Amino acid sequence: MDEQDKLVHVRKRIRVSTIVTYLFLSALAVSMVFPFYWMVRTALIDPKDVFISPHRVGYLRWLLPESFPKIDNFTQALKAVPFGRAYINSILISACVTFGQVFTSSLAAFGFARLKFPGRDKIFLAYLATMMIPGAVTMIPVFILTSKLPFWLDDAVSWLTHTRSVIFSSSYYMFHNTYVGRPLGLDSYFTLIVPGMFSAYGTFLLRQFFMSVEKDYEEAARIDGAGTWAVYWKIMLPLSRPAIATLAIFTFMGSWRAYMWPLIVTFREDLMTVPILVRFFQSKYSTDWTLLMAASIMQIIPVLIAFIIGQKYFIRGVRIGGIKG
Amino acid sequence: MAKKNGSVPVTWRKRAALAGYLFILPNVVGFLAFTSLPVLASLLLSFSKWDLLSPPRWVWFKNYIALFHDTDFWRVPNGFFYNTVFMMMAIPVSIMLSLFLAVILNQKLPGMILYRTLFFLPSITAGIGTMILWMWLLNPQFGLINLILSNIYNAFAWLASAVGWHWANWDAIRPLWLSDENWSKPALILMGLWGSMGGMNMILYLAALQGVPQELYEAAKIDGANAWQRFWKITWAMVSPTTFFLFVMGIIGGFQGGFMAAQVMTGGGPNGSTTTISYYIYENAYLWFRMGYASSIAWFLFGVVLILTLFNWKFSQRLVYYG
Repeated sequence: MDEQDKLVHVRKRIRVSTIVTYLFLSALAVSMVFPFYWMVRTALIDPKDVFISPHRVGYLRWLLPESFPKIDNFTQALKAVPFGRAYINSILISACVTFGQVFTSSLAAFGFARLKFPGRDKIFLAYLATMMIPGAVTMIPVFILTSKLPFWLDDAVSWLTHTRSVIFSSSYYMFHNTYVGRPLGLDSYFTLIVPGMFSAYGTFLLRQFFMSVEKDYEEAARIDGAGTWAVYWKIMLPLSRPAIATLAIFTFMGSWRAYMWPLIVTFREDLMTVPILVRFFQSKYSTDWTLLMAASIMQIIPVLIAFIIGQKYFIRGVRIGGIKG
Repeated sequence: MAKKNGSVPVTWRKRAALAGYLFILPNVVGFLAFTSLPVLASLLLSFSKWDLLSPPRWVWFKNYIALFHDTDFWRVPNGFFYNTVFMMMAIPVSIMLSLFLAVILNQKLPGMILYRTLFFLPSITAGIGTMILWMWLLNPQFGLINLILSNIYNAFAWLASAVGWHWANWDAIRPLWLSDENWSKPALILMGLWGSMGGMNMILYLAALQGVPQELYEAAKIDGANAWQRFWKITWAMVSPTTFFLFVMGIIGGFQGGFMAAQVMTGGGPNGSTTTISYYIYENAYLWFRMGYASSIAWFLFGVVLILTLFNWKFSQRLVYYG
């Protein structure tokens, strides 16, 4: 057997195993993606076509019913609950939480990684120790604190001014005909945003990254007379852009899909985030599958867009941090 | 004149320390307000009884004793502890599937990135939208899953009837999934596997696999190792730190899991069969306003997670190869 024959033989053997691999992967990909097709199909048909069976109408008509595509379900869902407001709420809350977390975490991470002060390592250790505490433990007191806070503050104001105060606990705050929630407490942007702005994990992640940044730049800047703030702002942050982008995208997506906290602190539709509004919608139209799928799609689409934009950082983030979304 | 390290002027050192404190201040304030003080408060709460309306009462260990005697929590099929542990059985399966997929996708073939993205899709969209989608897929009468199963079942039933063996009608034996206490947990596990096997775990395994030196495989081939031996002795050994990490994180997350599925899809039912520890905490705290009892369950959960983490650390050295 000469070299040519050998090569052909090897190539053929590879091809069989490759075909099996592709068949397997494609079957799996179909099982991953088909449910999404099913979702879109159900959202875009007339409710009377929902329960058709392929045995009766044939597989093609079952996959693409006669009424397909029909956008009435989306318009109806949009009319039934304030989706537009929910998107604004979600974007506002996620943006503030992301900005807050990146800012406070990077400040603290810089302090822990590069500055010397008594007790530094002990404080950092306390941060690390709390990372394994289940969220359920701290959520109950934080819920009590944030829900009672406006009443405590009003009591304090009443006591100081000898009048009955409802500044903080009043639920009627309007801004140009838009209900903006209470200033504090349940149904307030404060409660939806502020507890999420601090993260031990983000601090830990950025500190690890800052530790790996070369010290030469920093020393050069110091010699040129840069202060601590300038070192942080003009050197550390620009050099850590990948790590910060990673933290930002994870925080944003985590905040976007946050469920338990917004669920327990919002009661009015106007203050609901997208997942909570979809849940609210679900409890109203529990068996209307066309409407439910339309609402679900409206929850999923922004996540998909965010993923497509930030995919590079997302995948890298998973790799460097092993972060679980 | 150059100064030695030890003789930096005191005021200079003080200023540096002040800068340090200022830098960590915003985060520490949030950390105190929303993490460390709440942890203490929650510990105190777990020894008291409070419905948020009447003043709290100190009850010592009554909450913990009540939890210990809580038959809903401990009963064996469909108790809340049982449910949580039962659904965690999917974790090793999911991790192994992720490794399997990663090994396949790690081959140098065109199109692998497309497959990776498609497999990653369910974990990226995970949330209430996909949960409602799964309620629809799992619908006993019109859902896609039962439609596929019924076709398979009917085909086999037809074959069986050809040899004179009559199977029950599909409608009589079809799984009712979320409405049946015996099928509800498998249904949620199925959804979990669909959502997680191509997700973060697979990406981490892909990264780990790329760190395995190719020479090891070539050397093993020369020594006559077959594919299974190469996988077991090289791949499995080299990715064992990742496996260990995923397993530990999976167990820690698993004990805290199941809240959202229970809240959105089943309301914890039927007959309590999908209520996990975290959903039970939610019910107690935010539906029934038993803040003290809920805190004691949360601390029990914390204790379990802590013990498991310490246990894992202790045994990791023996099982894991750190190169």
